[in-house]
Amino acid sequence: MALDTAPAPVAPPPPLGGGSHPPGARADTVFRWLSLAGGGLVLVILALVVYSTTRQAWPALRKEGLDFVLSDDWDVVKGQFGALAFIFGTLVISVIALLLALPVSIGIALFITEVAPRRLQRPVVYVIDLLAVIPSVVFGLWGILVLAPAILGFYQNVADAVSGVPVLGNVLNGTPVVGRSFMTAGIILAIMITPIITSITREVFATVPRSQKEAALALGATRWEMIRGAVFPHSRSGMVAGAMIGFGRAMGETIAVALVIGSIPTTKLQLFGSGDSMAAVIANNFGDASGTFRSALIGLGVVLFGMTLVIGTVAQALVGRAERRLGAVAR
Amino acid sequence: MTAVDVTGPSVALGGPRHRGVRRAKDVAATCFMVLSVLVVLVPLGLVVGYVISRGIGILDWAFLTDDIPITDRTIGPGMGPAVVGTVTITGAATLMAVPLGVLGGVYLNEYGGRSRPARVVRFLADVMTGVPSIVMGLFIFTIWVLAFGFSGFAGALALGCLMLPVVIRTAEEMLRLVPAELREASYALGSRKARTIFRVVLPAAAPGITSGALLAVARAAGETAPLLFTILLVSKPNFDLFHGPNTALSVQIFKNATSALPGPQQRAWGAAFTLIAIAFLFTLAARLVANRFAGRHAA
Repeated sequence: MALDTAPAPVAPPPPLGGGSHPPGARADTVFRWLSLAGGGLVLVILALVVYSTTRQAWPALRKEGLDFVLSDDWDVVKGQFGALAFIFGTLVISVIALLLALPVSIGIALFITEVAPRRLQRPVVYVIDLLAVIPSVVFGLWGILVLAPAILGFYQNVADAVSGVPVLGNVLNGTPVVGRSFMTAGIILAIMITPIITSITREVFATVPRSQKEAALALGATRWEMIRGAVFPHSRSGMVAGAMIGFGRAMGETIAVALVIGSIPTTKLQLFGSGDSMAAVIANNFGDASGTFRSALIGLGVVLFGMTLVIGTVAQALVGRAERRLGAVAR
Repeated sequence: MTAVDVTGPSVALGGPRHRGVRRAKDVAATCFMVLSVLVVLVPLGLVVGYVISRGIGILDWAFLTDDIPITDRTIGPGMGPAVVGTVTITGAATLMAVPLGVLGGVYLNEYGGRSRPARVVRFLADVMTGVPSIVMGLFIFTIWVLAFGFSGFAGALALGCLMLPVVIRTAEEMLRLVPAELREASYALGSRKARTIFRVVLPAAAPGITSGALLAVARAAGETAPLLFTILLVSKPNFDLFHGPNTALSVQIFKNATSALPGPQQRAWGAAFTLIAIAFLFTLAARLVANRFAGRHAA
């Protein structure tokens, strides 16, 4: 099996016929360059994304300078474009989503790798993956027409229950408390990023050496003690990478958030009140935008791209490190 | 019994009382894992249930083929132009992304290997997978729509950019599963590398690549954000991919979801049902192809 999965790149032997143009030589070279072009396309597209969007965003970015990300004064009529409220909203809903999704995802991944009988493993994986197939806009439709109206009463009860409590009373509140809020957006995002975090952590857990797990069990550890002592230490960087990739996805998620967040920019941390996010404000306003406003919205896209790029790069580096370490163990 | 003490509390054998606590923790942890699975099944069931129960009433042939009503007050079908748009735009994106993606995968596994450029391409493909879809929509708007106007093709370009890195990485992984002996056998028969790849390696990996491509199509068909600023909206079907605005099921759901009127809401649920059905069908097809593949390898 090890041979099958890791073939060494084999160079074809030099052709025997000694002509200056052996048959097929040209096709060989052409195909080689074609395939390189296919791979290089990724580089070209990414470079174009950065160049083209930044160029269109430049008027707004130059006019606002650092205020673009540091000021929350967003007034289209007056031509003020400080995007802090949108950056704040994106971070708030992504943090909510991660806090809700991470423990659940790890729980599911552990269930699949450590608890479930073999027959049950695949069906559970298939069902979780179905969640990833449901389009964002369908979650949004369900969120705005079903979840938001239904959950309002619950928000109100919680807000009433904690009113007066020092910090919680402020955070778990809204002016007014509404169904289309930070919290609803966070919940929908949590549902949407659970499959990706689950699949990454599941793969990491599956690589924990059997010998270490059995050693823990042989010492008399219960299953939970084995997981804490053998599985978690081995998978730490992989779990962090999974969380970061999920966080990045949550930040970039657009349509579902645009429908359920309420679209009122704010920098007040009130989870049951309306807010707005970078992706949502682009989706909701780009169609009617022109001039500096459109430029500012594209600028928001550039900032969003930059943020997901940083998080994604760090996560990939972590995954790479984990893979190298595992590779060293396997060999 | 000093030996027990030095092993630390996590694996200490302890007395009967201690054992009870440890077992309770273990049971609690197992319960949490089972609960996690159940907690995720609830929203999945709710979303699919609502989409089916609210969408199935309006779904018939007229809904799938009639023009979209011009006023929101109209109740009833249809979504014909959106079906046309989703099929043509996703189809065009697939035609662009899959061949190019497979070429990229061939480069990574057959030519690049562990070389520096290949590592860079691999890394960038992973980065590109994480680019938010709305950024891809803005990108195509700035580079294509500003110059050539709204069209289905612009939407297809955006979807294609989203699919490309996924196809590249899937193709690479599937090619890696092809045994080296097959390549060596082909070389031994005197085939050149390109011929070996076309005649031996790609056919062996075809089912896996097909499965990955089908999954990518299922995801792309539901994308909304990249289409919002690239295809605009129409209420009559536009079969011409290259000229004039178009529409798609996902965009229609987004537009109609914010309406307070019953007609648009009902059409949104119907469109959601159609879209989920398309996505699930493609996922199912991908699974079937993949299982075939796995079965053949085991045999």
